Amino acid sequence: MHQPLIKLEATPITLLPSNLPKYALYTTLRMFAAILLSLFCTFTLATLAAKSKRAEKVIIPALDILQSVPVLGFLTFTVTFFMGLFPGNQAGVEIAAIFAIFTAQAWNMIFSFYQSLRTVPKNLREASAQFCQNGWQRFWRLEVPFAIPGLVWNTMMSMSGSWFFVVASEAISVGNTKISLPGIGSWLSTAINDKNLTAVGLAVLTMAIVILLYDQFIFRPIVAWSDKFNMGQTASQKKPESWVYDIMNRANILGFIGRFFDVFSNMLLSIKWPYKHNQPLSPVETYSNKLIDSLWLALLWGLLIGSILFLIDYFRAGGITIHTISHVFILGSITLFRVLLLVIIASLIWVPIGVYVGLRPKLVALVQPIAQFLAAFPANILFPFIVITIVYYKLNPDIWLSPLIILGTQWYIFFNVIAGVCVFPNDLKEAATIYNVRSYVWWRKVILPGIFPYYVTGALTAAGGSWNASIIAEVVSWGQTKLEAHGLGAYIANATTTGNMHQVLLGVAMMSLFIIVLNHLIWRPMYLYAARLTGLE
Amino acid sequence: MQKQHCIVEVKNVSHAYNKGQGSDIPVLDNINLTLYEDEIVCLLGRSGAGKSTLLRTISGLIQPTQGEITVQDTKMTGPREGLAMVFQNFALFPWLTVLENVELGLEAQFVAPDEKHRRALKAIDMIGLDGYENAYPRELSGGMQQRVGLARALVIKPFLLLMDEPFSALDVLTAEILRTDLMDLWTEGQLTIKSILMVTHNIEEAVLMADRILLFGSNPGHIIGEIHVPMTQPRNRLSPDFRALVDSIYEKLTSKEGQRSGKGSAFPGMGIGMVLTLISTNILQGFIETLATTYNGQTDLPTLSETLRIKDEDGGVLRTAETLQLFRFCELDGADVRLTNKGKEFAAGNIDERKKLFHDHLQTYIPLAARIRSVLDERQHHAAPMSRFRAEIEDYMPEESAEITMKTIITWARYAELFAYDEQTGKFYLES
Repeated sequence: MHQPLIKLEATPITLLPSNLPKYALYTTLRMFAAILLSLFCTFTLATLAAKSKRAEKVIIPALDILQSVPVLGFLTFTVTFFMGLFPGNQAGVEIAAIFAIFTAQAWNMIFSFYQSLRTVPKNLREASAQFCQNGWQRFWRLEVPFAIPGLVWNTMMSMSGSWFFVVASEAISVGNTKISLPGIGSWLSTAINDKNLTAVGLAVLTMAIVILLYDQFIFRPIVAWSDKFNMGQTASQKKPESWVYDIMNRANILGFIGRFFDVFSNMLLSIKWPYKHNQPLSPVETYSNKLIDSLWLALLWGLLIGSILFLIDYFRAGGITIHTISHVFILGSITLFRVLLLVIIASLIWVPIGVYVGLRPKLVALVQPIAQFLAAFPANILFPFIVITIVYYKLNPDIWLSPLIILGTQWYIFFNVIAGVCVFPNDLKEAATIYNVRSYVWWRKVILPGIFPYYVTGALTAAGGSWNASIIAEVVSWGQTKLEAHGLGAYIANATTTGNMHQVLLGVAMMSLFIIVLNHLIWRPMYLYAARLTGLE
Repeated sequence: MQKQHCIVEVKNVSHAYNKGQGSDIPVLDNINLTLYEDEIVCLLGRSGAGKSTLLRTISGLIQPTQGEITVQDTKMTGPREGLAMVFQNFALFPWLTVLENVELGLEAQFVAPDEKHRRALKAIDMIGLDGYENAYPRELSGGMQQRVGLARALVIKPFLLLMDEPFSALDVLTAEILRTDLMDLWTEGQLTIKSILMVTHNIEEAVLMADRILLFGSNPGHIIGEIHVPMTQPRNRLSPDFRALVDSIYEKLTSKEGQRSGKGSAFPGMGIGMVLTLISTNILQGFIETLATTYNGQTDLPTLSETLRIKDEDGGVLRTAETLQLFRFCELDGADVRLTNKGKEFAAGNIDERKKLFHDHLQTYIPLAARIRSVLDERQHHAAPMSRFRAEIEDYMPEESAEITMKTIITWARYAELFAYDEQTGKFYLES
């Protein structure tokens, strides 16, 4: 069974620069495969949750938990699972990697789509029903278009966030099994093993080019196109721009695609599904379904309690005691402290800079794309440079490894603050100037409350990403030198390396718990407060 | 009048909103009406009387809790072809061009692409939108957007056109032009439509267009009367007949029969369960001031309506007058309105005197305000959560009404300095 896997290891990654384009292509393809999978799940699961109350009761709480689970912790299980499905075949590992990236992308996309489906304006739903569109036509003509702006934005965020994971998931080692899929991530881990700094530099360069290309050629045109689905009835103040989109527009390529699309959508929408007779939008409720509903609910609770009991049993079988759990809890608290402290430090640095930049439109045009680019850039590629420094100066890993967990995610704070300052009403700025509001009072009363909702969004994203990053940032190596900080991330990473499933599960569960509690105790109240503050409720 | 072919028949229809638990809130009460071929019928009544709900039950969008609706001899069980609706806020799809919006209904009927295109262009041409086929709704003015709404309705060749306050979101001039255009199409027989049913709260609009006006009373919605309009089209607003009819309708709508409960009150619900309309203190003051200075304390509503031009979203003249009657600052008698002595005192007062008067009357005549104040007085810290009162009044009214009622109480109490409200904590409190 291990035969072909050994073969896989026998064709190792070679650090030849001529191989890099190929590796970059593989990495990108994995990424797009995952995003397609995410989109598929979005259209099916979110639609199901929005249309069926029973499905909603399962899908929505499940999503809430799943998006709090550290994705990198999943890797151990998915690799084992998919390798079992395709014994000794590279396909299993390949699918495991794609699945890992998918788990980093899908949840917020599904949520966004579900939210949109639930908030389709009433008058449009009425118009659709009045003109007798069937469910199929309503989905494509009304619900999907309405959801597009949110979905495009969330897909972009997912893409940005998941370059990090594509790099981390290509070189996987679970227990004694070590796999390197051809790609930039494997190149990087080989380079680290060989202490080859030039190769690390090349990986950085390649990644930068890849991200630049995907941003310019895929996402900017899509964002420019999706602008027409924005609900704002007045022409939007600033249209998103894309030179690629403009060229396609001018060369009439868009017109061509549009005509093709028209024919296609005409065919699609003229499919006559065997539909029931048109239903009223608000029918009189009947109570005959109540029994089935309560049975369904009972079944769900049964499943939930059953799986909790199973988990307890599983932990007990793995020799995990209360003592182990409290130890892991303490590790979790250390990582929690690290995450919060770093979010605070990053805020102290980036909020003032963000405000400074945001107030100067010319600077914004220059800096905003760079910040977005940096947010998409997989920070784990940069880890070796910092690790070398720590090794060289023999610094304390508990302190100096910490910045790594926010290295990639601090940019979310930065560009959200810039965005907040940009939309801050000009007349308020002018009023503050006229009444001579300056220095401390200006920060305290004018700009900070104004950008608060944006800041919260940024900080929340940064913190969420940092938990994930801790799994690969608290244990790092350079050649044979291994550095380790105390924390839950290191615990999960070590358990993965030794292949101890019980410990991995415990670590992942503990981290999810921390994230969920944090979400409900800190981020959600802050979010509501911010919404009230600016009257966006 | 000979017996004509009947298009719509509404029999004993009642409807109530289900609030999940507790009591249902009745919106429509035992409605009976018949719509015949070749007539325009207007449902006329105050905002929130349930006219739009009735229109939606006829269209099939809402299934009434009781009663039966028959359209062309078929019982309604849901939306169906042959009925078209024009919406108050247009309800155009912002991502579709004018042409695509118009084609929408045809697409749902699986009309072949060529045929669909041809018919849509014809409808666009008829309604005066040629040249705008490829524009998006956001590029058009309100009047043009409603033309698209009309074209979209006409293109499916309906036999019944339902219109829900189609002109009320437009400015006066644009509404007039669009109304005239529609009436021209109707009288010239260019339409396939056999009958039009329109909801409006604009009395003049109803008298301008309708062959028959059904007056709608509120709480819960019920029909209080029927008026035939014998005048020929086009009608002249300034003719004495027209004016007389408008005045008599004002009178009927403000009369006590219009309301079912609460000793002749125009406001549904009693005691703290009274549903209030949010009318700003500025408009209340402006009304009293104008009535006092320009009309010497007494005039009729149609005249005042012309002078004040209170926008519908701000409550309208009638609702403002009724609210001031609730405060005992003025009295309504038919279409006439006059200031009470207290109202005159208010008009003559300075800022502080006005506030004092408003304070007293708010506490005396608006039970909910009195109740909140007395709870605050009793409490040691003089604070109480708004949600508590909100939950209390939600036993008597739907959620939306409760929200507006709360907003109204907060606005008025702030002006009167009866009590204060902190939005962050969601609490009422007394300022020391």
